[in-house]
Amino acid sequence: MAEFTLPKNSKITGGKAWPKPAGATETREFRIYRWNPDDGKNPSVDTYHVDINDCGPMVLDGLIWIKNNIDPTLTFRRSCREGVCGSCAMNIDGQNTLACTKSMHDVAAGGAVKVNPLPHQPVVKDLVPDLTNFYAQYASIEPWLQTTTPTPQKEWKQSHEDREKLDGLYECILCACCSTSCPSYWWNSERFLGPAALLQATRWVKDSRDEATGERLDNLEDPFRLYRCHTIMNCAKACPKGLNPSEAIAELKLKMVERQI
Amino acid sequence: MSRPSSMRTPLGRVRNLGSSHSGTTDFWRQRLTAVAMTLLIVPVIVIVLMLIGRNQAGAAQILGSLPIAIILVLFIIASAWHMKIGMQIIIEDYVHNETLKLASVMANNFFCIAVALASIYAIVKLSSGV
Repeated sequence: MAEFTLPKNSKITGGKAWPKPAGATETREFRIYRWNPDDGKNPSVDTYHVDINDCGPMVLDGLIWIKNNIDPTLTFRRSCREGVCGSCAMNIDGQNTLACTKSMHDVAAGGAVKVNPLPHQPVVKDLVPDLTNFYAQYASIEPWLQTTTPTPQKEWKQSHEDREKLDGLYECILCACCSTSCPSYWWNSERFLGPAALLQATRWVKDSRDEATGERLDNLEDPFRLYRCHTIMNCAKACPKGLNPSEAIAELKLKMVERQI
Repeated sequence: MSRPSSMRTPLGRVRNLGSSHSGTTDFWRQRLTAVAMTLLIVPVIVIVLMLIGRNQAGAAQILGSLPIAIILVLFIIASAWHMKIGMQIIIEDYVHNETLKLASVMANNFFCIAVALASIYAIVKLSSGV
């Protein structure tokens, strides 16, 4: 059966409460998931207090402040800190999003900012999930232009109208917020490609320059790879870029029916 | 989710046995039967209301009308088919043990066919006045 409970070694137990920073007048409480693969212990949730007058407004600013000022062992991914790279995707206040574009002031005042790794993925350490399967699924949809016609001397041409069809698809930064928020992906992540890979598949299926549309659809036509999507729409709710993978998947299903009927 | 223990490459695991090139038929039939049920549900409710409080002879008289019998038989076919596809999706979602999954899908097929045939037989029997 699908795993509905956490494995024994993943159950959260206890956690350390770090003292408030000395001299801080205004602080914000952060409760952060911690797990170290080297100490053999179960995960815990540590409590930190961030001096908000000495720190930027975003959750990522808070995490960096904690790492710099309280606990240098706190581990998380980050790079661009402006919503372009997708590295700092994590579960904040129960919602998958990017720590760099989520303001800590958007989390209900008075409550702690709860930070967990992306759900239902193996954890490497603290807030770093292992996305190997996610990236392999992206590779499996062959996200590059495929043509049989010899490459033109200058460029592959595309009309403005055809280019516009890729809007809402090409902007995906592969942060994995959508796929890891999808219950279908939780239960069948080995076989269901998930919203992110399917949104990218739609991007290539709809590209007027691509000559492998049929093969791409063949590769996706499967009760598990594509049809595990039940239009739950958690993906669209989670996407920090405001994209709608659910709609993209519906377009794929429509194309499947179109070529059959 | 635990980490896979196999030494197979991640891409090899994702590609696995390849695409089954199926699923669209079930997807389409699920929509087809849903639309059919939407269209049939009002006449079916009217027929059921007409049948309330009647004895077998009265019921046989109403079901003796060909359009009424056909509406009911169509509704049974659409709903049993829809039920079969829906239940199979739930099984595929949650049952991951291959043997148990095969057995459940098989049982689901048998159950839906049996329910549909029994219901159709009852309607045909009543409508033919036997």
